[in-house]
Amino acid sequence: MKGGVFLKPAILIVGVYVFLKIVLPLFTAPLPASLIFLYLALTTTGIVIFATLSGPSTDAFFGPIVRFLTGEGQGGAAQGARIAVLLLFPVLVGWQTYTSTAPSDQPPAENRTIHPAPPGEYTGLSNPVPNTPENVMTGKGLYAAFCSPCHGGNFDGKGPASRGFNPPPANFSDPTTIAMLQESYLFWRIKKGGVGLPIEGMPWKSAMPRWEVELPDEWIWKIIMGEYDGAHQKPRTWE
Amino acid sequence: MMNQGDDPTGGTAGEQGRGAWLAGLLVFLALGVMPLVGLAQDVPAASATAYRDIPGLGSRNMVWVVAQLHLLLAGFVLGVPIFAWLCEIVGWKTGEKRYDKLAKEFTKLLTSSYATTALFGGILLFLLIGFYPKLMNYLADVFFPSFIVYCLLFLVETATLYLYWYGWDAMQDSKKGLHLFLGFLLNVFAFFIMIVPNSWATFQASPVVISEGTDLQRAWAATWNPTWWPVNIHRLIANVVLGGYICGAYAGIRYLSAKNEEEREHYDWMGYVGNFIGVFGLLPLPFAGYWLMREIYQYNQQMGITLMGGFLSWLFILQAMLIGVLFLGSNYYFWLGITHRIPGSEVKYRKPMMAMLIILLLCLGVWMTPHSLVASLEEARKMGGTHHPLLGVFGVMSAKMTVANLMILVTFMSFIMYWRAGKEETATWAKVARSLMGGVLGVAAIVVIVLGVWGYFVPAIVRINYFSVAQVLIVLFVMLTITPLTALLLRSAKTTTEMVWGKMPPRAGYALVLNAVMVILLMTLMGYARSSSRVHWHIYGVMRDSSQYAYSPALGYAAAFMSLNTFLFCMLVAFIFWVATMGDKAKANDAGGKGHGAQGTLPAMAGGAPALDERK
Ligand code: HEC
Repeated sequence: MKGGVFLKPAILIVGVYVFLKIVLPLFTAPLPASLIFLYLALTTTGIVIFATLSGPSTDAFFGPIVRFLTGEGQGGAAQGARIAVLLLFPVLVGWQTYTSTAPSDQPPAENRTIHPAPPGEYTGLSNPVPNTPENVMTGKGLYAAFCSPCHGGNFDGKGPASRGFNPPPANFSDPTTIAMLQESYLFWRIKKGGVGLPIEGMPWKSAMPRWEVELPDEWIWKIIMGEYDGAHQKPRTWE
Repeated sequence: MMNQGDDPTGGTAGEQGRGAWLAGLLVFLALGVMPLVGLAQDVPAASATAYRDIPGLGSRNMVWVVAQLHLLLAGFVLGVPIFAWLCEIVGWKTGEKRYDKLAKEFTKLLTSSYATTALFGGILLFLLIGFYPKLMNYLADVFFPSFIVYCLLFLVETATLYLYWYGWDAMQDSKKGLHLFLGFLLNVFAFFIMIVPNSWATFQASPVVISEGTDLQRAWAATWNPTWWPVNIHRLIANVVLGGYICGAYAGIRYLSAKNEEEREHYDWMGYVGNFIGVFGLLPLPFAGYWLMREIYQYNQQMGITLMGGFLSWLFILQAMLIGVLFLGSNYYFWLGITHRIPGSEVKYRKPMMAMLIILLLCLGVWMTPHSLVASLEEARKMGGTHHPLLGVFGVMSAKMTVANLMILVTFMSFIMYWRAGKEETATWAKVARSLMGGVLGVAAIVVIVLGVWGYFVPAIVRINYFSVAQVLIVLFVMLTITPLTALLLRSAKTTTEMVWGKMPPRAGYALVLNAVMVILLMTLMGYARSSSRVHWHIYGVMRDSSQYAYSPALGYAAAFMSLNTFLFCMLVAFIFWVATMGDKAKANDAGGKGHGAQGTLPAMAGGAPALDERK
């Protein structure tokens, strides 16, 4: 009956959903539900905005909905459907309330902060080791010895031991990891490791070892240089 | 109070005389007080009390609410004179009376909000002195000279405002120049009134403390702290945005409750102006915000990361959402303007509007995608962490800056489209000009995107110092070429369809109100971000917060306070406006008795204007 105006929006929403839920995961990791919900909400907003741009289009879009809900001049099947909606809606709300409050064995959603703020005493540090080819080489050597089992010989986070960890070891060649950070930040992370993270970084969730006992500071600074060089990234600086 | 503006104020000469006298007194006071500043040192040390509290309510909560309300009111009070004055100039230049009337209406809202702003400032000061004696003592010690300057500024601002408002009608004709000059002064003083307290607040975040030097030197050094100017600029622009959208909302509500054609036309137009001003300010705002964040990050890595990558980074996802709604709302209003004020234009503009909408939504999708995603354990395992391998790239600044620039471009084009709608360009070179504009726009969009993608492959500093700046400059370039070109084109254009005012559907009025609420929410959100980025410091790195409130509240708790503040502010503004316009209503009712055309006298809000939803 009034399928005409709603056909395109419905196809669009279903299409977006299918794309995000089924097509995209063919090429990359599946998207979390929160993100799919976000994109669908945006799509719906767009549909409503577009439909209400002018008087006639608003009427065409909301007219049938209003008529259906108010029961204007309806009978038979439409009337039945209206009553069904009337009954189903509270049930839906009830179901939603139930599922969101009922105890379940699923752990709650996480929002682990990947790059929490470093402690104040590290923020002003700069690398004291001169950036010479020898130092970079030494750094890479130390990296190969201590870090590559997890972070990988190619600095891509795919070392032989990496598969067992969640979250996985950081991928240094990804532009959203060390390329966004200052050297002093890395110094803190390497020295204090996962357990040294503040609470929003979920210290219990990181397998990154704390290296302050094994490695002297100078080695750590050299490793940092080797790491940036090997991953073809540059640290964040201000000049 | 509300009616006085309409009475002609007698004796301009006397008014002026008094003004001059007052100004002289102030200068004298300023000179007289300055030497006293040095005496501040002799004041005995503070009492031992560091904190006071009101149990149950909590000192932090109370200061939170009062400070936020004061700031919002102040933003409004400082933003409105800027465009009231601009409107007055436009009215004076073009001779169009309605601009002068509009400017006066804005100023009326201003006078009534001014006192409330000062009142909240006073309450805030008392609360601060009472709750935080130690901190206030320290700040007074550093900033005493600027306290004095602030008081003086307030005196001259108040005097100027009264002259500007009460002298409006009296200075209408021969003295218009003087009145405009008063408006100018009003804005100059207002600007300084804003930046002086900004120095106190920014000092808390990025203090510069020097131990030697005179009091004035110390105060000056503390004032010129690294985030002072970024905050000044950001707030200045944001105040214009706030003022514009609130005036828009005011017009929207008056429009919805308008009872006759004349009112509907006037408030429809006022709503348009308000929205225009809001958008106009909104366009440069992301740039200013970016600069501010950069300065903060550079000043202190810890604070920068707390805000952008740490626990406050979620605020920026909320921010993206609010800004997104604002952009959508403003564009929606432009588009509704095209389809309703320019009869018959819908068919022509439906396609472009759809394209713009899609671009806006895509950009918004990118902007709202967080770096660390909310995911269940199961989902996180599949993604390999809370960081999606593909969409994770949307989570960082390079992407955000790019889409912000694109959204600004689209919004700008919405306006240009609105401007050109209903007109036919007749110039011989119109075709060339149009393709030139299209070319500039297309190339600019592509370059912005290319720079955004390339930004991932260069060192952070190159991206921040060159690429992001280049993106901004490109967008500015587009605006600076297309605006005059369009103006030139339209000079010779012939109007095919006259704009009709007062035909907007009720949802346009609601869109205006929604925009205002979004801006207020945005300011409460960012206000929280600004003050909580200091974490457990009163003065970052200098004075620790050792009260029982030295922790960051959970985001949900903070969000509840933001909503509360927004609500309270809306109520306050509604009350102030209601009082300010009571007189007009009474008059309108008198006139309304005589009947105003066949239109129903029920306001549109109550469904009394079916004509507004008419089918074309
Ligand atoms: C047991 C495996 C393991 C080893 C060995 C290891 N790491 Fe890590 N590392 C991790 C994991 C897992 C993470 C991601 C979780 C986190 O951020 O704490 C990580 C994160 C990091 C980060 C943070 C990157 C970012 O973007 O925040 C740095 C820097 C780092 N590691 C450097 C090193 C260096 C240098 C070494 C060698 C000295 C090393 N790691 C050795 C497991 C390891």
